[in-house]
Amino acid sequence: PKATLQDIMKWNGWGYSDSRFLFNKKGQGEFTGKRYRLSGMILPSLKDWFEATFGTSLQHKTPATPTLNVSAVPPPNLVEPFVEELKVAGVAASHDPEGRVFRSHGHCLHEIFALREGRIGRVPDLVVWPNCHNDVVKIVELACKYNVCLMPYGGGTSVSSALECPLEETRSVVSLDTSQMNRILWIDEKNLTVHVEAGIIGQDLERQLNESGYCTGHEPDSMEFSSLGGWVATRASGMKKNIYGNIEDLVVHIKMVTPRGVIEKSCQGPRMSTGPDIHHFIMGSEGTLGVVTEVTMKIRPLPEYQKYGSIVFPNFQQGVSCLREVARQRCAPASIRLMDNEQFQFGHALKPQVSSIFTSFLDGLKKFYITKFKGFEPHHLCVATLLFEGDREKVLQHEKQVYDIAAKFGGLAAGEDNGQRGYMLTFVIAYLRDLGMDYYVIGESFETSVPWDRVLDLCRNVKERIVRECKERGVQFPPFSTCRVTQTYDAGACVYFYFAFNYRGLADPLHVYERVEHEAREEILANGGSLSHHHGVGKLRKEWMREAVSTVGLGMLQSVKEYVDPNNIFGNRNLL
Amino acid sequence: GGHLLQSAQSSRAEPASFVDILEERRRGSDISHALRAFSPPPGCGAPPPSPSALNKMVLESQHLRYVVAAESGKPQARVREEAAALLDEMSQNLQVTFIRLLGFALSKIFTRLFRRIQVNEDGLARLQQATQEHPVILMPNHRSYVDFLVLSYIMFTYDLSIPVIAAGIPLMGMSLIGEIFRRSGAFFIRRAIGSDKLYWAVLSEYVRTIVRTGFAPVEFYVEGLRSRTLKSLTPKMGMMHMVLEPFLKGEVYDLSLVPVSISYDRVLEESLLAHELLGVPKPRETTRGLLKARRVLEQDYGSMHVYFGNPVSVRELAKGRIGRGQYNLVPRDLPGRPSEESQAFASAAAHRVVRLQERGTVLSPWSLTALLVLQRPDGTRWDLLARDTLWLRGIALQLGARLDWPADLPDLEVMSSSMALHRSVVRCEEGCVWLVEEAGPEPVTQEEGVFRRASAVLMCASYRNQALHVFTRPAMVAVAMGTVPGHSQEDIYRHFCFLRDLFANEFVFVPGCGPQDFEEGCSGLQQCGAVSATDHELKPTEEERDTIVFLSAILEPFIETYQVTGDNCTLLYFSLRNCLSFFPSHFREIFPNSTRNPVTLRRDTEGYLPPTPTCCKLQCPNIYFRQSHCRIHPGSCSPTPLCGPQVATSSPI
Repeated sequence: PKATLQDIMKWNGWGYSDSRFLFNKKGQGEFTGKRYRLSGMILPSLKDWFEATFGTSLQHKTPATPTLNVSAVPPPNLVEPFVEELKVAGVAASHDPEGRVFRSHGHCLHEIFALREGRIGRVPDLVVWPNCHNDVVKIVELACKYNVCLMPYGGGTSVSSALECPLEETRSVVSLDTSQMNRILWIDEKNLTVHVEAGIIGQDLERQLNESGYCTGHEPDSMEFSSLGGWVATRASGMKKNIYGNIEDLVVHIKMVTPRGVIEKSCQGPRMSTGPDIHHFIMGSEGTLGVVTEVTMKIRPLPEYQKYGSIVFPNFQQGVSCLREVARQRCAPASIRLMDNEQFQFGHALKPQVSSIFTSFLDGLKKFYITKFKGFEPHHLCVATLLFEGDREKVLQHEKQVYDIAAKFGGLAAGEDNGQRGYMLTFVIAYLRDLGMDYYVIGESFETSVPWDRVLDLCRNVKERIVRECKERGVQFPPFSTCRVTQTYDAGACVYFYFAFNYRGLADPLHVYERVEHEAREEILANGGSLSHHHGVGKLRKEWMREAVSTVGLGMLQSVKEYVDPNNIFGNRNLL
Repeated sequence: GGHLLQSAQSSRAEPASFVDILEERRRGSDISHALRAFSPPPGCGAPPPSPSALNKMVLESQHLRYVVAAESGKPQARVREEAAALLDEMSQNLQVTFIRLLGFALSKIFTRLFRRIQVNEDGLARLQQATQEHPVILMPNHRSYVDFLVLSYIMFTYDLSIPVIAAGIPLMGMSLIGEIFRRSGAFFIRRAIGSDKLYWAVLSEYVRTIVRTGFAPVEFYVEGLRSRTLKSLTPKMGMMHMVLEPFLKGEVYDLSLVPVSISYDRVLEESLLAHELLGVPKPRETTRGLLKARRVLEQDYGSMHVYFGNPVSVRELAKGRIGRGQYNLVPRDLPGRPSEESQAFASAAAHRVVRLQERGTVLSPWSLTALLVLQRPDGTRWDLLARDTLWLRGIALQLGARLDWPADLPDLEVMSSSMALHRSVVRCEEGCVWLVEEAGPEPVTQEEGVFRRASAVLMCASYRNQALHVFTRPAMVAVAMGTVPGHSQEDIYRHFCFLRDLFANEFVFVPGCGPQDFEEGCSGLQQCGAVSATDHELKPTEEERDTIVFLSAILEPFIETYQVTGDNCTLLYFSLRNCLSFFPSHFREIFPNSTRNPVTLRRDTEGYLPPTPTCCKLQCPNIYFRQSHCRIHPGSCSPTPLCGPQVATSSPI
């Protein structure tokens, strides 16, 4: 196959190989590479924040195994006639160990932690790269013929153990990499739709559409690496869903190859009353039913004007009340996110060195104004970041409306810069976990959705539960336990938690980590939160599925699987 | 079983060191104590809202809006006004100035009333810690009107947030005093709320709002009322549900229930209590009545002990016992009865707290002496009484009692001074100890004679009751052993369970903890060396036969009062419902002669006698009343107390 992301990405961490956080010889934080706004910058306050938050010292390092030990990779279990027939059909395939390891995991903590220690578990036996829909049809036919297990692979950004090969799988496991199916097949300007092969990566899709003056507006935090097919398979959600909608609102038509054949609708009508929407069997099926090959989705003309913004609130409660009011009035900007105090401080730790005395003087002045003049308590205040889009006039009007609401809840406008930095951090924050893992710190994020009236209670209880569980399990230093509200809906919100701790002195840090995450999820469910807002279930959250959708609900899903894939060719064992 | 069981098995009470808070008052100035800097550490929640802001939160709550909207037939505005009026009547108005005023007055009063007020400081330290983490619910037992004053006084002295206290509405009626209490943090609850939905809604929302905001501990008596018999009462669930709800709904992360055990060497109201038990109506609480009661101040009430127990985490209690997702599909503010699951949980939690109160209670030597005196109501020699009290002390300590027995004084002196405090009940003359008879003209009728003696017997019984919880479980095992042919543990357990169900309203048992109770009883007996246990058998030991007999005798009056004799010697059982639901087949077996339907008797909430014509039984098991005749039950006047239970052949055991 052509060059793939594998060539420019880390094999045992997040993102591009050239971009990483490190502490330089002077002990200053630094972000390497050239790809991001933060790249090449010095982050003077990172070290202090890091040491104070986690109780770590830069003396105590836990470096990762530098290179993959190929001999540790189990030899492939190949079905020769299957491989032969693939070759005849002209489908690219490889059992090169690096490629197999690269596609054997997502980005759950335990997956990355194991790789860093050089531990390799069950990996796919073969990787195949279909070029188009018909290639996929061929592959699925052959898989059925030879009873081979297929696992679709898009961008590899799963955080639900969805890409882990089931240990109990004895058949040959074939990773079906969709990365070569990445073409935009047509753009329909009359209906504002685009027809795309499902392997396309988010940032490529957006960039290519932008060249034609359009966008989908679908921007999940993982969009640099995640694929369209993956979005469909997990019911993804994008940062700007308030304007463009989540994946289920964006999709007009889906083509999927299953062991039973190809499933698709006969037309592109914008809405239909033809029984339960078959798209909803596909969206969220997490690769258990087949491979999504082509998708028609809505596009919009590129917005004329974009404006970032931020608001400081005296405390989290006021912030949530403001977001609730914004949702009530249905005037949410393209994106509105509320960070709690810990995240606000974290954001500060990532501030690059300021270039002029004047800027730092201004910063000091702002801080003085907010904390002394306005009486905000530095350990309670929190920040909302905003992104407005549209034509200039409307954006300014909209902006005023939102700031007026914020003022009723004690919110103060805190500038475009803070807002923009907040969104930039979204993309670099994932790199930070690797830095932590260099210094005895492990962590993860997880999410949920919850009715408005329970947002505050859920946030407080889950954060507290994490702290207590860590303490009970012998974690020496209080964990970093923080949350933010990342999406607003009419009837509730999406909440994102970050949680990390210093594991020095723990015999089995992964186990402790997994138990705490488990308890945190229990707490979420007990507080009326959902099992997942957009990460999906995978294998990580399977145990709660029955509780989440009822026995009958689970049975319905199982019977669909039974019909579509009776021999469990798509055997990643996610969801059910 | 959880935590309670664990502490049950190490039956010896962990030592607590008490500090007398009056000592400093006697040395220092009351004024400067009252005016000193009072800055309790901030609670877990937001800073305290003003009383009016709190009331506003309650009135504007979604819960109240639901209830107001559901009141049909009246204009909404009217209902809202009614709700506001109820809230005005109810709400506290805590002001530090009044706490200071009260602090000053109480310093004066308490130093006169008590020799010492003993407080365990380690408990207060734990309490202080708890207030900073989660909302705290202070749950004292209730033995005297002054209980809550003492608690607030201690909190003030130790710089802890002054609790908001659930008080009965009669207190509010006292002019001036009611207002002082209100400003000291009391809020007032009507008795017999019945089905007044609006009142329930206002009250429960008020309590929940205080718990949720967590600015001050909430204090209430889980027993519901003052125990007239000084015996723990089975908990009342109304307030318990209200305080637990914020946790069950996820509105707070956790709650700390802090059991507080208050015990008095001599209870201020002792004679009042005895008269109430004899059917003299409780005087109405009035300021004038209070002033009249000044003579109370002239007497010596010895020491009092306040033991602050370990905070119990509701979250820990709830683990695995209750699904917290029960409100996931309905608005949490929707009015509704607690689910069965919640009710069972609340009941278990409340019972647990009462048990912890019992465990924390500090007993005076007199409680033990009273137990013995009661078994010899016709008088006994002092030296024998002292000898037996010492013997009983040994058993009580083995069974985990907390005793206030100064080690630096000779035992005889400890006992006699403890008894001397109770001159109104017992006299020691010429080496003999007698129960005191009330003075008055020669009795005209037998009835009057009984009445005069009764008061001393009842007071004595009350002090015995204070110590009862120590012996209950081992005594029940002892009785069960005596009624089983052979020594099979299984059989003994069955009989034990019968007694446990029978006494469900008499003693406090945590629902569903039968095996643990049995275990506690057995290990208590083993501690005393009274039984030897093998795999399946429980045998009395020869050496400690006396202990078994004695323990059985403690329960005897209770067993006998449950056999209320009717006209045709038909056995009627109080709280029969309990027995029958567990032992339906047993009942016929045990009472072959029973022709009547079981009768369940109403227990009056105020504790004094309702003028009902038929049989009725009081909380105090030593007397029963039939057709307005009062007799002291022979059970407590038995001339041969130190013998095995003499139980009628037709009885269950």
